[in-house]
Amino acid sequence: MVPTRRERYEARQRRRSLLIAATSTTVVLAAIMILVPMTPGWEKVQRSFFNGEVLAKSFPKLLEAFKINVMIFAWSAPAIAILGLLIALARDTKSPALFPLRIFGAAFTDVFRGVPVILTVYLIGFGIPGLGLPRPWNSPYIWGSLALILTYSAYVAEIFRSGIESVHHSQRSAALSLGLSERQVMRDVVLPQAIRNVVPSQMNMLIALQKDVSLLSFIGPVEIFRQAGVFKSLLANFTPYVGAAIIFLIVTIPATRYADYLMARQRRDRS
Amino acid sequence: MAKLELRDVIKRFGDTTVCNGINLDVEEGQMVCLIGASGAGKSTLLRCINLLEPIDDGAILLDGEDISEPGLNPQAVRARIGMVFQSFNLFPHMTALENAMLAPRRVHGQTRTDLQPQVAALFARFGLADRMDNYPDQLSGGQQQRVAIVRALAMQPEVMLFDEITSALDPQLVGEVLDVLLMLKKQGMTMVLATHEMGFAREAADKVCFLKDGQIVEEGAPEQIFGAPQRAETRAFLARALK
Repeated sequence: MVPTRRERYEARQRRRSLLIAATSTTVVLAAIMILVPMTPGWEKVQRSFFNGEVLAKSFPKLLEAFKINVMIFAWSAPAIAILGLLIALARDTKSPALFPLRIFGAAFTDVFRGVPVILTVYLIGFGIPGLGLPRPWNSPYIWGSLALILTYSAYVAEIFRSGIESVHHSQRSAALSLGLSERQVMRDVVLPQAIRNVVPSQMNMLIALQKDVSLLSFIGPVEIFRQAGVFKSLLANFTPYVGAAIIFLIVTIPATRYADYLMARQRRDRS
Repeated sequence: MAKLELRDVIKRFGDTTVCNGINLDVEEGQMVCLIGASGAGKSTLLRCINLLEPIDDGAILLDGEDISEPGLNPQAVRARIGMVFQSFNLFPHMTALENAMLAPRRVHGQTRTDLQPQVAALFARFGLADRMDNYPDQLSGGQQQRVAIVRALAMQPEVMLFDEITSALDPQLVGEVLDVLLMLKKQGMTMVLATHEMGFAREAADKVCFLKDGQIVEEGAPEQIFGAPQRAETRAFLARALK
């Protein structure tokens, strides 16, 4: 089919913007590649941060240590999802008998959102084993994970709550009018929609958690960040940190892309 | 004894009195249409009957039993009274069939297997047999509203309340929903409708009530209300509504 005049015009416009984008990207990249090596400290930085030899030597061990991060993440994430949901429900409860639960939920989210993660990790990770508990109950893995679980549950609970509020009240009316109880309305009608609505936001929490697992290195576990530190001392070189960053990025970039995709899809569905 | 009786029902929201002493008898198998301008109290009255809103004074009797008694468990009452809303309010995360089976499963404890044939028969009767497995967003407005009616009927209610159920529909889809109401009337369902469809009310209703400022100003057979309204307010409203 012969393109119309409008189609020809649009094709020309597309080619033009593509060309401009390619040119400007090339110019910026070239400038960085030419200018950065001209800085006085570049050679030193290159040797201590981007040393191929050191990277090759440390990378397998770093990967090995990253398994610890994955492990801590793998048992913390489900616990956070469950505890977060319970706290959200506790804060939403209307029954007067459960009023203490509501107060507890509110206090919980206030406290754990208000304290820096690293402080919680220190306080719980050093404090509780300090009670002189016998092995294995003095393990920093347990108490460090608990610190992460408590902090993240507080955030995750608030996201669940915003999800519950995002479900239109007419859904509740319709469900109640059918004779369902408040609990059934929550379980069968409101929660499934609420959870679906907040999946992208919760994905972002998971990504943040994946990174914050490294904070446990401060109380003992030799995970990737700690392992990189060991190499740094051993080889007097910062490249292992860059290696660790690369490993994190391999995991987090696809995850963030996926979260963005979910978010974009949700916006599209709503409009 | 009437199936449904309203006695001096008063409902206030803050300082606004939305229902101001409403008396109404709905006989078994009757279709009663509530007409009146937006804000006259039609929708609120329906929500009160279904106990979605607590009333401030008066009584609502179902089979002579006071269902507005404070402290009464509203679930048992709502299971006997079906309600359909202007905005459909289907559950978007469930198929049409699951929408209709949820309440019988949860409230009556019936199993999916037991329910499937009778609910499927309901869908078939209202021309939705091939739509049962669709999600609400895959259905037209008219289809969604008919699914909402089926969902309410699946509870086998004794009374059905319809709150302006055609107001959100494109004009060409209104007919298919009103046809469902006519089918229900033929089957002897007791129904109360809040509606702006004057033509339909005139043809199908057994009784028409004109509401203004939370009160029933005039009620009677449709021929009387539409043909020879007694009150000046009714005449003024109809003159505008039928223009």
